Order: sequence, then structure tokens, then C-alpha cells
Amino acid sequence: MAKKILLEHIDKPGIKSYEVYRQQGGYNSVEKALREMKPADIVEEVKKSGLRGRGGAGFPTGMKWSFIDKKSGNLRYLVCNADESEPGTFKDRFLMEFIPHLLIEGMITSSIALESNLGFIYIRGEFRWIKTILENAIAEARAAGWLGHNILGTGYSLELVVHPGAGAYICGEETALLESLEGKRGLPRIKPPFPAVKGLYGNPTVVNNVETIAAVPWIINNGGDAYAKIGIGRSTGTKLISACGNINKPGVYEIELGLQVDEFLNSDEYCGGVLDGKMLKAVVAGGSSVPILPAELFFKTKKGEPRLMSYESLSDGGFESGTMLGSGGFIVYDEDQCIVRNTWNFTRFYHHESCGQCSPCREGTGWMEKVLHNLESGHGKLSDVDLLWDIQKKIDGNTICPLGDAAAWPVASAIRHFREEFEWHVEHPHDAQKRNYGLLKSTKEYFVASAI
Amino acid sequence: MLAVKTNKPFNPSEEIQNQIRGVMDQYPEGKSKSALLPVLHIVQNENAGWLSVEAMDKVAELMNLRPIEVYEVATFYSMYNLKPVGKFLLEVCHTGPCAIMKGEWLIDYLKRKLKISIGETTSDGLFTLKTVECLGACGYAPMMQIGEYYYEHLNSEEKVDKLLEDFRMKGFNRN
Ligand SMILES: Cc1cc2nc3c(=O)[nH]c(=O)nc-3n(C[C@H](O)[C@H](O)[C@H](O)COP(=O)(O)O)c2cc1C
Ligand code: SF4
Ligand code: FES
Repeated sequence: MAKKILLEHIDKPGIKSYEVYRQQGGYNSVEKALREMKPADIVEEVKKSGLRGRGGAGFPTGMKWSFIDKKSGNLRYLVCNADESEPGTFKDRFLMEFIPHLLIEGMITSSIALESNLGFIYIRGEFRWIKTILENAIAEARAAGWLGHNILGTGYSLELVVHPGAGAYICGEETALLESLEGKRGLPRIKPPFPAVKGLYGNPTVVNNVETIAAVPWIINNGGDAYAKIGIGRSTGTKLISACGNINKPGVYEIELGLQVDEFLNSDEYCGGVLDGKMLKAVVAGGSSVPILPAELFFKTKKGEPRLMSYESLSDGGFESGTMLGSGGFIVYDEDQCIVRNTWNFTRFYHHESCGQCSPCREGTGWMEKVLHNLESGHGKLSDVDLLWDIQKKIDGNTICPLGDAAAWPVASAIRHFREEFEWHVEHPHDAQKRNYGLLKSTKEYFVASAI
Repeated sequence: MLAVKTNKPFNPSEEIQNQIRGVMDQYPEGKSKSALLPVLHIVQNENAGWLSVEAMDKVAELMNLRPIEVYEVATFYSMYNLKPVGKFLLEVCHTGPCAIMKGEWLIDYLKRKLKISIGETTSDGLFTLKTVECLGACGYAPMMQIGEYYYEHLNSEEKVDKLLEDFRMKGFNRN
């Protein structure tokens, strides 16, 4: 069995409740952090662990924490990013729903490290029942003395607030999230200044993903060095992967980083292979934003070595032949899926979710969506493929926040690896309709529906 | 989308007003505007599932904000409904991972079954159909949200029929 850190106790009946969680050693890290360590020691352990942000970018967490401005004496905030809206990603939901106290414990221990007395969990608004679960867990933790005033008699005080979003993917971007938390539209801010200097209410703020914060208790209990021994190279520790699409066993899996992608996809312990014994066509390994890879590039790196589930191995070969670990949203496509339709679908998503501040993103996503829809429904021209390439290139790197890049990469990678399929749609307009997954939609009906 | 005026004042009960004050008090002093998103959720819930101009104006009054501060937020987020909706809002995911696992079939079946298009409400006022982007349930596709909860693996006519029937019963019992 692979090493489990986050989900070690997930099968214990009642682990959702405070009592059972506590029996398994829950909240020990808070006690240790408060009684035996200085805040700087906690930051040091997290640095040593090599833990990298699990929200998508993989930025070293300890380093992020050490940037937080403690000198100015301004109040500091820890904000947990529980917006989880990247298509293909449903791992944070799993943690919060089934082992909520792990996040609460992580929030407390991390707040101690940052010397913060007020923390927020920004949860996507649709997770209504999970907000209630978290609020109940917070109430239990408070009743047991882990939250509130003068925790364990040490003089340290902390409050946690669960804050719901209201349906906007962009609010997962950390500065948009902060705007939203301040009661405004979720418009990303221009950086710098970074949140570590000027974040929530203009105060020093750390924004971390749910899974990142949930890894902190284990690191504090067992030491950063022990964590760094798990995983491979600079991809230390374990990662939750949410697997979906055409596979036999969709779900959330905790893997040790460095697992071979072949084993993850095909073994019965994880995805259990492609559904209905079909052939694998393509994989999006880390959420809709990362480049899609055709089966033949997926299993081997550029050097011909078996590809691993790690930050480095998945990105080996750059965008020519690699992709990214991203958020861990693992989407599998079988031989029957239409890449053009999938690219159109994702582009529609980014167009819908663009906040509209930058013209390349606002206009480019809409333009790509239209061109892709034309191609997909058999009304495209051969030159459209080059046009798409041009548009995505003009978005990539030219916007305030990375949503622009996230919209460009799926289009670029689809064209790079599946150009013939785009061209096939132009050359066989009638057959193109039949190769759609699901149902046929005429262009007219589509534009009427999306105007609502 | 333009907001709808009903000429019906929105007057939340004392209990709801207390709830709103409670949410505002969670944030640091002087930062109660932070409560705007959660307060809009509470008010939408109280106002038959949507935000009329009157309801938004009331939020502005209770939170000591200018009405425009409320409108600009209400129009930005897709969970706020700016026109009336049926008793049950069917929010069906239409994003890629669901779409490749019968998500498109689900939307089409609901349209046929309820005889409405996206954005419309059935004539009995029970169901409104809305498509939404990925709800974080991609492994349990196809799926939709109805009210507080998610309904997943809706991959057959029987399952969808049963779900709609359950809600139909609930709808009648509440009348
Ligand atoms: C458009 C966009 C959406 C994002 N959505 C999320 C999200 O839902 N959850 C998340 O943790 N990070 C998301 N991120 C990344 C955050 O901006 C940020 O990097 C992350 O929360 C930092 O936490 P970490 O270092 O623990 O990963 C998103 C970024 C972008 C550009
Ligand atoms: S890149 Fe897109 S989402 Fe990001 S700030 Fe610009 S317009 Fe908004
Ligand atoms: S794509 Fe439907 S829930 Fe994610």
C-alpha cells in the first residue's frame, strides 16, 4: 500500500466527528506548535518538508510563508482557498466533506506559524452542505478549546470564518479571491504588491489551497525531513488526484508523488484502466488548464523513461511533449472522444469565466469559442486552425492574471497534438457532426441558448 | 442581464435581520462589507430563490452600502438569479468532464422531459433549468445541483425520472 498522509484515517468510522478525529491523534500538531515551537520553527519545518502549493502552481509553501511581512506589525491573515472550480478537480471537496477537522487543525497550526489571529476559509458557494460541515467542525474545535480566546492557556487567540463564494471560477485566483472576500466583484489585482505584503484589507496575507494546509499537521508532528523523504526529488510528499472521465474507477486518490502514470491509470488500486476496455486517446493530467497529451506522449518522457506523477516528470519536454501536475484534476479521454468538441467546451468555460479586465482574455476567449464552435459543427475553414493558434498566442502571457494562459494552453496543445482532427472537421463537415460526443446541436440553437 | 423590479417591497423578518447582523459581525471592525456575498445568499433564499431590485436595495440599506455596490456584485456571480425562478432550480453541469460522461444527454433529456429550454421554467412553476460550469463533482458525472445538495451519477432515464418525481412531491407538499 502506498503511503497515506492526508487520508491515513479516512476509513475510520466517524472520522468526521471531533471525538474520533482526536482519538487518532488529531490536534496534536496544535499542541506541539503552541507549546514546543516558535512560529519561526514551524515555518522552518514546512520549508524543510519541501511542501509545494497544491492549488495548481506548486509554489514552495515554506518560502511563501517566509515572505509574509511580520515587521510592519500589521495584522496578518491566513486565507484558505477552497474555491475548487478548475474543471476535473474535486479533491478539496473530498477532504472537507469527509475529514473536515484535518483542514481546521491545519488552519490553526498554520495560523500559529504566521502569527495570525483571524483566518478565513473561502469556499465555493455551491458547496453549501460542506460549509455547514466546516462550521460544525469549527464549533466542535472551539468547544474543545482549540479555537477562541487564549488557546491552551498560552495567550494565543484565533478565530476562523467560513466565507462562501457565489459562482465564479476567477475567485480561485488568489487576488480575485481577496477582492471577493472584501465583498466586491472578483477582479484580479495587478501584482506586485503580492498578498504577503498587501493582501486582505491591505494587510499581509497568505493564501493557500485546502490540501496544502491539510498537509501541515503531519509535517509538524513528524518533522519536515520525514515529509521530504516521501515522494521523489523536488516533488515531496503525497498528492490528492481527482480522477474522472472515461475510466473504470473515478474518484479521489492519495498517491505518493513519483508513482508511474501507467500504474495510476491502469492498476486496480487507482483508476482501473479505460472504461469499457476502450483505447486511451488523451489525458489532461492536472485540471482543464494544463496542456492535453495524446496517449503516445503520456506514458513516456522525452528521454523515453516511464513518466511519473510528479511536478518534474509531467512537465518534462516542456509544452512540446509535456504537461503539468496542476491541481491534480486527472481527466481521461477514450478513443471515441472528440478533441475539437472538448477544446470548444473548455474554451466556452474560460470565456464564461473571464472577468473581462484584459482585452486579450475577454475578447480572445470569445473569439476562440466562436471559431471552435464553427469548426466543431462542420462550418469551419482550414485557415481557422492557424487563426486559433494566433489568437491563443496573443493571449498567452499578456494578461493580468493566469486565467488568460489557462485559456490559451488547452487550445495550443490540442492544435499541437491533434491538428489532423481539426482539419478533418473542415474536410468532413457532415461526418464531423456524427463524431461529437453526446448530441448534435445546430449552430443556431447553440447561440440562442448561450445568450440566455 | 438586467435586474427585475417587482414593486413588491422585500421585508425580511427580525430573525433574518439578526442572521444578517450575525454574519456582518464575523468580519473585522469596519469591514462588514465582506458579508455581502453571504448576505445575498441569505436574502436570495428568503426571496423565492432570486434577487429583485427591491431585495438588493434592502441589502444595501441593511449593510449601509450604496445600491450600486450591491448590484455590481449581484450581477458578477452566477449563483445569484436576477429574475424569478421555479420552486426548484435544476443547475446542470455542462463542462467537459461531465459532458463526456453523458452530461449532454442529461441536459437534453431534462429539456425533453420538462418541455422547456435552458433558462425557462415549467408552467406549473416547479422547475427551472439552468446550465452551470463545473461544480467539482466531475468523477460522479453526470450531475446537477438542486438547492443545497448535489445529485450525481444521473446516467439513466429511471434515475432522473425518480429524482424529478421526488421533487414534484416535495413541491406539492409544501403548497
Ligand atoms: C483562474 C485561476 C483559478 C484558480 N483556482 C484555484 C482554486 O480553485 N483553488 C486553489 O487552491 N487555487 C486556485 N488557483 C491558484 C491560486 O491563485 C493560488 O495560487 C493558490 O491558492 C495558492 O495556494 P497554494 O500555494 O497552496 O497552492 C487559481 C488560479 C487561477 C489563475
Ligand atoms: S486574464 Fe482574464 S480573468 Fe484574468 S484579469 Fe484578465 S480578463 Fe480577468
Ligand atoms: S465537469 Fe461537471 S462537475 Fe466538473
